[in-house]
Amino acid sequence: MYTIEAEHLTKFYGSARGVVDLSFTVERGEIVGFLGPNGSGKTTTMRMLTCFFPPTSGTARICGHDIVREPLAVRRAIGYLPESVPLYLDMPVRSYLHFFAEVKGVPSRQRRQRVEETMQRCGLEQYAHRLIRKLSKGYRQRVGIAQALLGDPEVLILDEPTIGLDPRQIIEIRNLIKELGSSRTVILSTHILPEVSMTCTRVMIIHEGRLIAIDTPDNLMRRIQQTPRILLRAHGPEHELIRTLAALPNVRSVQRTSTGAAALDYYQIDTEPDGQVMSEIARVVVEAGWQLQELRPLDITLEQIFIQLITDEQTGPRPC
Amino acid sequence: MLIHTIARRELKAYFTSLIAYTVIATFLAVSGYFFYTNMVMFVMFVGSDVRLGLWQQTFYDMRFVLVSLMPLLTMRLFAEEKKLGTIELLFTSPLQDVDIILGKYLASVLVLVLMLVLTVLYPILLAIVFSVDIGPVATGYLGLFLMGSACIACGLFLSSLTENQIVAAMATLGVLLLLWFIDWNEGIAGAATIRVLHQLSFSEHFLNFIRGVIELDDVVYYVSLTVLFLCCTAWSLESRKWRGRA
Repeated sequence: MYTIEAEHLTKFYGSARGVVDLSFTVERGEIVGFLGPNGSGKTTTMRMLTCFFPPTSGTARICGHDIVREPLAVRRAIGYLPESVPLYLDMPVRSYLHFFAEVKGVPSRQRRQRVEETMQRCGLEQYAHRLIRKLSKGYRQRVGIAQALLGDPEVLILDEPTIGLDPRQIIEIRNLIKELGSSRTVILSTHILPEVSMTCTRVMIIHEGRLIAIDTPDNLMRRIQQTPRILLRAHGPEHELIRTLAALPNVRSVQRTSTGAAALDYYQIDTEPDGQVMSEIARVVVEAGWQLQELRPLDITLEQIFIQLITDEQTGPRPC
Repeated sequence: MLIHTIARRELKAYFTSLIAYTVIATFLAVSGYFFYTNMVMFVMFVGSDVRLGLWQQTFYDMRFVLVSLMPLLTMRLFAEEKKLGTIELLFTSPLQDVDIILGKYLASVLVLVLMLVLTVLYPILLAIVFSVDIGPVATGYLGLFLMGSACIACGLFLSSLTENQIVAAMATLGVLLLLWFIDWNEGIAGAATIRVLHQLSFSEHFLNFIRGVIELDDVVYYVSLTVLFLCCTAWSLESRKWRGRA
C-alpha cells in the first residue's frame, strides 16, 4: 500500500487555476521533492494534502484515509510546516511545543517526554525557555519542524523548509530531513534545484499547476543529458584549436565560451552519447602545446533539466 | 477537551501580552469612578433611593464601559492568527473549527467574568456600611455577563474577517454601537417599526436586568445574538474552503 495516493487532484480558486489533475503515489520511506517556480501550485497541493482546504475535484489518500471524507484522521497522520513558518512569537519554545502536543492528541503522560525528545532531536534544548520572538530564523525553522514532528506522524509535509536560512543552517536542516526520512515519508517543496538532488529520492516537477515529470534526480538528469558536455580550459590559437578538436571522432561541436583575457579561454565541447573522448582531447591539446589547464565533464544541473522540461512542455512532448 | 486546550493557550496569550491587564484595569478604573461619583450623588441628593437607584445608575454606566472595551479584548482572537499565519497550523491540526471557535470564545468570556468578579468589591464595600439588596445586584451582573458575552461573539466574528486587529476592533465597536442606539430616535419611525427596533436593541433588553427583573425575552435575545455571531464565525472560517485563503 502506498502512503500517499493522489488521484486527479484539482483545485480552482473561482476560475483561477491552482493545480490541475495531479496523480501520483508515494511509498513509505521516500523523500519526494516538489519542484517548481513560485506560483506553480506546490503550496496548493500541500494544502490539499494537509486538509487545509478540500480539492475542487479528485482526491487523495494518506495512510489509507481519504482527505475529503476523513480530514481529522489525515491530519493526525501528518506533520506540516507551512511555508511562512508561522509561530506564536510570544510563547517560549517549550510551552509552544506542549500546546501542539496536546492539540495533536499526545496523551498527557507521554507529553513531557515527547516534547523533550523532539527538542533534543531538533537541537532546541538550550532554548526551551526562550521566547520564540527572540530566536534566529534558523532556530525558528527548527521550532517549526519540531512542531511538525510532535505527533510522531507517518508523513511529513514541509513547504520550503530551507528558505531564508544561511548556508550552514541549510545543511543542518537538510541533514535533519534526511535523518527523518529514514523512518517516515517526507514531501518537501522547493524552488531551489540543488536541494532536491541533495535530499530527495524522487522529484516531482510542477509547472503551471500540472505535473510534468516525476522520477529520481539521476534519471531526470540522464533523460536530458543526451549530449554529454565537456569543459576545456586551454590557451592556444582559437580557430586552430576549434578546428582540430571538432575534427575528432565523437565530437559534435566546439564553442569558445569565454571572451576577454586570453588566459581565460574556456571551450565547451558537445560530444556523442557514450563517446569516450576525454583522453583523446587531452592528448591532442597537450601535443599541440596549448597549455591544458582544465578538462572536465560538465554535469547537467537540475536548472537545465527544469528549463528543458518547461520548454518541452511548451513545444510539445519530447520522445524519450 | 480540545476546546479547553485552545482556551488555555488564549488565556496565556491574554496575560502575557498585557491586553487582559490593560482592559481589566481600564474597566475597573472607569467603573470604579462611576460607582464612586454615583454613590456620592445618591448619598448627597437622593439618599433615600440608594438601595435600588445607585445600582441602576452604576450598571447603566458599567454597561457603557463594557461595550467600549469588549472590542479590544476580541480584536486579536482571529486577526492575530491570520496575520502570523498560525491559523494554518490550527486548520491542519486534528482540530475541528468548532473547537477553535469555542476555545477562543471561552477564553474571552473567562476574562469578562474575571473583570465582573473584581467589581463585586463595590457592593461588598458598600455592604459594610449600608445594607445592600442582593437580588437586583445579581440580576444586574447577569445582564452585564449576557451582554458582554454577546459583544465577545460579535468581536470574534469580525476578527475572523480580517487580519488587521484595528479593523476588527473598529468594526466590532461600530456594530455594537448601532445595535445599542438602533431604537433611540423614535421620531423617524412609525409605532410598528419602533416596536421591532426595540426588540433588536442592545440597550432596551438590558433595562429589565438593572430593574432586578429577569425576563425570558431578554435572556433569549442576548443568547441568540451570541449563537448567531458564533455561527457567522463558523461560516467565515469555512470560507477558506472555497476562497483558498485563511
